[in-house]
Amino acid sequence: MRRVAAIAAAKGAAALTRALRLGGGTALPGLVAERIDPAIVPQMARRLGQGSVIVTGTNGKTTTARLLRNMLEAAGLRPVANRAGSNLMRGIAAALAESAQLTGGFPGAQRRLGVFEVDEATLPEAAAALQPRAVVFTNLFRDQLDRYGEVEHVAALWRESVQVLPASATLVLNADDPSIASLAQTARGPVLFYGLEDTTWSVEALEHAADARWCSRCGSELSYAAVFYGHIGHWRCPDCGLTRPPVEVACPRLTEEPQGLGLTIALPSGEVNGRLPLRGLYNAYNALAATTTAVALDLDGAAIEKGLASFTAAFGRQERLLVDGRHVQVILAKNPAGLNQVLRTITSDGSPKDLVLLLNDNIADGRDVSWIWDVDFELLAGQTRSLTVSGTRAWDMALRLKYARVDSFPAVEPDAALALRRALRETPEGGALYVIPTYTAMLRVRELLARWSRAAAFWQED
Amino acid sequence: MKLRLAHLYPKLMNIYGDRGNILCLERRCRERGIQFEVEALELGDKLNAKEFDLIFIGGAQDVEQRRVADDLASLKGAPLREAVEQGATLLAVCGGYQLMGRFYRTAEGEELPGVGVFDLWTRHPGPRARRFIGNVVVEWQGKTLVGFENHGGRTYLGEGVQPLGRVVAGFGNNGEDGGEGAVRANAHGTYLHGSLLPKNPALADHLIETALRRRHPDVSLAGLDDRVEQAAHADAVRLATRRGIIARGG
Repeated sequence: MRRVAAIAAAKGAAALTRALRLGGGTALPGLVAERIDPAIVPQMARRLGQGSVIVTGTNGKTTTARLLRNMLEAAGLRPVANRAGSNLMRGIAAALAESAQLTGGFPGAQRRLGVFEVDEATLPEAAAALQPRAVVFTNLFRDQLDRYGEVEHVAALWRESVQVLPASATLVLNADDPSIASLAQTARGPVLFYGLEDTTWSVEALEHAADARWCSRCGSELSYAAVFYGHIGHWRCPDCGLTRPPVEVACPRLTEEPQGLGLTIALPSGEVNGRLPLRGLYNAYNALAATTTAVALDLDGAAIEKGLASFTAAFGRQERLLVDGRHVQVILAKNPAGLNQVLRTITSDGSPKDLVLLLNDNIADGRDVSWIWDVDFELLAGQTRSLTVSGTRAWDMALRLKYARVDSFPAVEPDAALALRRALRETPEGGALYVIPTYTAMLRVRELLARWSRAAAFWQED
Repeated sequence: MKLRLAHLYPKLMNIYGDRGNILCLERRCRERGIQFEVEALELGDKLNAKEFDLIFIGGAQDVEQRRVADDLASLKGAPLREAVEQGATLLAVCGGYQLMGRFYRTAEGEELPGVGVFDLWTRHPGPRARRFIGNVVVEWQGKTLVGFENHGGRTYLGEGVQPLGRVVAGFGNNGEDGGEGAVRANAHGTYLHGSLLPKNPALADHLIETALRRRHPDVSLAGLDDRVEQAAHADAVRLATRRGIIARGG
């Protein structure tokens, strides 16, 4: 009875928040459901006929989870998933309650599979509640140190979570990230590694934002045969010999295409040629993470290929919108490694860019903005036509850009609406405007652009 | 004229945007025609303090701090102490600041030896204790300093060492006595990052001037266009005080 009440209340709260347009209606329904029935997540998760999968890591969770859902749908399954960014326990509770019947069962239960993106710090709790079939770890970067604590703290939390997973759960690990690969040492069940093998993408040296340059076993400095970004690459410890493990899923060929990426992916069962409508090396890793998880779930190559090709970006993850005749692309950036990748991707074609950077310091953004000094904004020098900075910490961003010697000093407009209007005016008609916000700034940008482009679809993100 | 900076352990002690401090010192020297040289000294590298005008050490996680504590104890600590005795200029931020004291007792009760540049000690009250996290405003030499603090350890000053400034907003050394950071001779320690120096150009210039004076007693720094720096500084003061986080423990 309690569960029925919890589910009914969550459904009601979801309908209400949607009707009132309270930001997509994400947190409240789950909070309501959990309050009424604290055991709602483990009990309902057990009713998913195909079990659950957890996606976690610093960057790439939302895109990886979406790609995986596409592949599952292509294979005829019906995923139950939490919404982008709603990745605490209450987000999982909300997703389960919304998909369920009032009795707690799921329509078509035997084809139901949970795909949950889970916040780094929520992993132990989510793993215990969901008893997942697979957990995929994307990467570990320094991120919001005031909120998550130190990188080593997150790594320790993950090692503990891995130890309490059911022995049947498959770990899907990024072999190119040494701190992710080392999780295999504590695994009780099967492990699948993925990695990039196309070394034409290697850069010259570790970025300043690189974190895990030390061997997890002996503490020596790692050496790299190839660095792809951050501390991601082909690593090896010169002292104890610990090395990037051989991978089950590899990307031997990655090419840039006008509107995205072309990937050749070598699976244990053969080769898949994927086309992904997203740019940037980091998105190739997201595609590999999703593909490898699909392999762990026994999906075939056809479903993987179809899932990649039919992908549409989530808001804030390179989705393209038409506003006032300008092509606006919003790309969320919340830590140095992520923002470096975004800057590299958008500057790769060398044409002058119109750009808005929005830096907020609310709790969900991380209140400490010192991370912008670890970002290589110097990449923007000689690359901008117009530059606007905004957000609660607009002046911090302006000062960082002064140091980066960008082409002209940015316009500083703390108010997001005024900043976006200015940037749209500066962007030639038919041109592209890149909007790069932190998390809470992205919510504000979404609200404004939804109004201006009259795209009501934003509110039904998934 | 040339400023020679020793950057201690940049690969290990770099967690809170410390690069901004180096970029700031470099820029403010170069804009005045002062040559700027920085040398990275990692684990195992000797510190020959005579070769440098200014020494910088940044913050890190506990794991890295332990490795650095060992290296300081066996290799760089003694020359560092001697350099400060002889008037060398030092800036130590966050974890680096803690290591410049007599000891740092971690949350688990382990005691890491410090260099003893300052007569101060730091204790972490335990894994459950509240971390001091947030924006900080400090009164320093009749001006303000702004930054962000994030530390579990509480630092207490002994005799013969003064706090760098008085806390206006935030926690500072220990959340009790209203002091932030430490100064002795030309050595400066602080919990403030953000990065510290870009938004506090007066402190950056104070360090540059102090460092150069040992070899160039008459040096005086020309003014720079600091309008953006001042706007960012003023905004940080406003955000730290308006949001009502003037939280000093009792």
